[in-house]
Amino acid sequence: MRRTPLPTLIGLVVAAAFFLTALLAPLIAPYGMSEIVGDVWEPASAAHWLGTDNIGRDLLSRLIFGGRTTIFVALVATAVAFAVGAAFGLFAAVVGGWVDLLLSRFVDLVMSIPSLIFALVVLSVMPVTTPVLIMVIGLLESTRMYRLSRAVAVDLAVMDFVEAARLRGEGLRWVIVREILPNALSPLIAEMGMRFIFVVLFISTLSFLGIGIQPPNADWGGIVKENKDGIVYGIPAALLPAVAIAALAISVNLVADWILERTTSLKGGRNG
Amino acid sequence: MDEMLLEIEDLKIQATSYPPGERPQRITIVDGVSLRLEKGKVIGLIGESGAGKSTIGLSAMGYGRGGVKLVGGSIRLNGQELRRAPSRVLRGVRGSQVTYVAQSAAAGFNPSRKLIEQVIEATLEHGRMSRPEAIERAIDLFRRLDLPDSETFGQRYPHQVSGGQLQRAMTAMALCPKPDLVVFDEPTTALDVTTQLGVLSAIKRAIRDFEVAAIYITHDLAVVAQIADDIMVLRGGEMVEYGTCDQIINNPREQYTRDLVSATNGEDPEIHPEGEPVLTIRNVCARYRGLAEDVVKDINLEVPPGTTLAVVGESGSGKSTLARVITGLLPPHTGEVIFDGSTLSPALKGRSKQDLQELQMIYQMADVAMNPRQTVGTIIGRPLEFYFGHKGKERRLRVIELLDKIELGEEFIDRYPAELSGGQKQRVCIARALAASPKLIICDEVTSALDPLVAKGILKLLRDLQKREGVSYIFITHDIAAVREVADTIAVLYQGELVRYGGKAEVLAPPYDDYTELLLRSVPEMRIGWLEDTLSALEAHLPCQAPEGAAPEMSATD
Amino acid sequence: MNASIWTLVAQRILLGLLLIFLSSALIFAGTQLLPGDVAQAILGQSATPEALANLRAELGLNVPVYQRYVSWLVGLLHGDMGTSLTNGQDIATAIGRRLANTLFLAASAAIISVPLAIILGLVSVLYRNRWPDKLISAVTLASISVPEFMLSYILVFYFAVQLGWAPSVAMISPSMSVLERFQAITLPVIVLVMVVLAHMMRMTRAALLNVMQSAYIETAELNGLGRFKVIWRYAMPNAVAPIVNVVMLNMAYLVVGVVVVEVVFVYPGMGQYLVDHVAKRDVPVVQDCGIIFAAVYITLNMLADIFSILANPRLRHPR
Repeated sequence: MRRTPLPTLIGLVVAAAFFLTALLAPLIAPYGMSEIVGDVWEPASAAHWLGTDNIGRDLLSRLIFGGRTTIFVALVATAVAFAVGAAFGLFAAVVGGWVDLLLSRFVDLVMSIPSLIFALVVLSVMPVTTPVLIMVIGLLESTRMYRLSRAVAVDLAVMDFVEAARLRGEGLRWVIVREILPNALSPLIAEMGMRFIFVVLFISTLSFLGIGIQPPNADWGGIVKENKDGIVYGIPAALLPAVAIAALAISVNLVADWILERTTSLKGGRNG
Repeated sequence: MDEMLLEIEDLKIQATSYPPGERPQRITIVDGVSLRLEKGKVIGLIGESGAGKSTIGLSAMGYGRGGVKLVGGSIRLNGQELRRAPSRVLRGVRGSQVTYVAQSAAAGFNPSRKLIEQVIEATLEHGRMSRPEAIERAIDLFRRLDLPDSETFGQRYPHQVSGGQLQRAMTAMALCPKPDLVVFDEPTTALDVTTQLGVLSAIKRAIRDFEVAAIYITHDLAVVAQIADDIMVLRGGEMVEYGTCDQIINNPREQYTRDLVSATNGEDPEIHPEGEPVLTIRNVCARYRGLAEDVVKDINLEVPPGTTLAVVGESGSGKSTLARVITGLLPPHTGEVIFDGSTLSPALKGRSKQDLQELQMIYQMADVAMNPRQTVGTIIGRPLEFYFGHKGKERRLRVIELLDKIELGEEFIDRYPAELSGGQKQRVCIARALAASPKLIICDEVTSALDPLVAKGILKLLRDLQKREGVSYIFITHDIAAVREVADTIAVLYQGELVRYGGKAEVLAPPYDDYTELLLRSVPEMRIGWLEDTLSALEAHLPCQAPEGAAPEMSATD
Repeated sequence: MNASIWTLVAQRILLGLLLIFLSSALIFAGTQLLPGDVAQAILGQSATPEALANLRAELGLNVPVYQRYVSWLVGLLHGDMGTSLTNGQDIATAIGRRLANTLFLAASAAIISVPLAIILGLVSVLYRNRWPDKLISAVTLASISVPEFMLSYILVFYFAVQLGWAPSVAMISPSMSVLERFQAITLPVIVLVMVVLAHMMRMTRAALLNVMQSAYIETAELNGLGRFKVIWRYAMPNAVAPIVNVVMLNMAYLVVGVVVVEVVFVYPGMGQYLVDHVAKRDVPVVQDCGIIFAAVYITLNMLADIFSILANPRLRHPR
């Protein structure tokens, strides 16, 4: 195994810590998610490492459970975006013709409306539940995934090895799954990392605006919303989720950058 | 003896490479090279890719491209040391005493400024002339370099003139400040052979007229033989042989130089075709969608079994389009392709598995013709599985057998394309085609991306395989030397039309049509004085000078 | 300049108008055609049948969808945006004032961030892979990784609450003088600048690097031109188009970023208006705000494209 650069290693460790915490939240969190355990906005103490929130819940526990919600929603939405976007993108690139034209123009249209605005418009009439949020965000983000996977696949589809497979008489399935996908995978996975971060920011923003995860469920954006009034009294509770989001975002970015850098050239992931 | 213009002694050059995920490494790319150049003389630097010839050429300007560092030795121009000279000194020398002509003039010009401004810029920058003088000199240079409308030529933008003209314009830019030395870095490599002839003679004339010294870098020994006084042969960053042009060409001392000299001179085996043709092309016309004109026009050709048909032409001649018609990627709008006695469906979709199996293709760029994520075993094994249902051990044994045929060992089976050299990659592509047990293989420029010695090996392999397997080839190329080596019959294409067709001896012997004569004569020969002979012969025979780039707009399709 | 280039520009403008038209259809469809009953969604599960019927009539839900769309569109084109469901106000009047406020905020941020981004981009290219470049990329990476509203609260916490340098909310009213207005929007402008600057600077850096690696830059260096002249005569003319493109794209981004910042600072602009009425499920207001944001965004993207067409020497001086 060759050397992994230090920033990547740090990124991997921090990101893994976040995911583990999310997974094991009920075991790790000292108190329940909506358990009222103290006074309003108690300062940090031995009992409450980060103090309490606007109605006296343990802030650390809120953050841990909030992270669980945010990361879970973001993961599923990213998976939706990847599955829908990559499937349509690869298909459009390989089939070409009017199918490609129609799909691409539709995606152009959707992307011509800022996604936050579009999400707000749709959520003004939809019930704001977790599955709806996941679908709305996932589908909006899938347009970006579509563009990237189509672009990558179009470049690959004109390469001689794909032409060679076609001349051999291979079917569409073989061409997409065996010739194009393995070569498209690494940029797509790197992009998925970036998309994941974007979705985390997106869902936090929606929750902050009051149109995302609904109380009493916690998520990072919601925690900011609940505690923002404390800011003017000099209580930094609302800033803590910012630290969490930034740490997660930076660590995932570092890992994604590394994946992208390692595999930008078509070298089979080995030494050229 | 004149005084020495350039003295390079014991030059050592290193580069930093950044392998992904590893520590940066210092690699020595030139080691222990020395040369001396008198005023007004031309030295040719020759070698294959990676020989360090461009790096040495740029070092004469005190320049290292990218992370390249001149780490040892000395470079003296007019007695002044350039290695480790401060950038102020180097700026003063570059563009005045020594200038540069790049391989791709198209990329070397600033796309958003007029040519004249760029041609005279260095001259003005270094205060070598006043602006009117510089413009006058530029126009004079345009005229001497056979550029059209020399008075107004400079008013155009780079994208408004052809590749051959840009190369001449860049030569004008290099000569404009009256430098002592010009570095020509493969100035004709990217050009068609007939265009190369014109540019080469223009460069030679200009060098002689202005008595400027030059470093001429190329991989083509026959080209450098026309222009150089001395030649240095390089390999892997080290000097192999250094001598006068005459000595290197006619009396090479080192084995490597002898190989290079003979790689460019072909020999003549002759086969007389007989039997029912394996492929017949009848009245084929084809065009790309959205184009008003046919790219190939009314082509009739035959390929007898066990022989090679060479399709020769320059960029834009339609030779690659013809290959797409035969493989079914571009259905022709008239005419038919008859393969092994029956008419082929014009489109790929309508062809039977057997048709596809019996008609295989080998590409120019072997590295993009193989899936980088598949091992050699999968690449060669897939046709075996797909066409013949070979699986597991049987498939493996067949793959090893095929590897043996292309002179590679069993150990290659688990390697990825990135782990192979250029020649090995092309061999694997040949094995993949052979795996289908084809009757006909289309070879599309299969040697043009390879260094001469490697290309020679590939041609020999193809010939040997033909003898043993009885397969036919359609050999598409612009390389006349390769044609002489492999062809039995030859078809010459020019702007989509078949201008000459017949047996090799017949096609390559007079009387010629104008285009074939120009094409054949434009191929540089390994002989001093060839350039002058050719030009005077062409002037006598042909009404016009070498046409400038048969059809530059078409190059994308070819 | 020639005819064909203007044809291209005209085509791009037509495409922009078409996109605005189609996006209006998409926004309308987004609120009207999704599964479920709009009236039910607005009033909730416990609504009485009478209330539902009333709301349906008010929304015009009894009329076919395409008729509702056409009358909405015709109204928009005449400046009639309908009335708000929640308070019965005329939407056009409410939006008019807020739109001006939003543009004031966005323009202030743009005027500061654009020159700054270009200068920083230039600096980091000139000092590529040395400390100024690394510092700039680290700071921009950090500010990209934090959502706008969090950045806002961090600034409020330190600068408004702890240091008291600027107000923590950005109330502005027609009676305020220009200076007072600028004072009021200090913090939101800083937030917007930080967010856009990071993106803009990274993209400017990439565009410049791309140009600096061209062969013609090497030609200029081998002609002995000084560093400044190389950048001024060779890099800049060719980098202008990509940089303007970057600027336009980020202006479009700014228009959206403004939504969140307005909510944080309780700034009376379009963004806050939109978010308020999404929560109240006031569909007519949401549709109108949505199409206005989309139109501004599409127009800025269109300007970016038109500029790159005009800056392309191949199109300006055809063969």
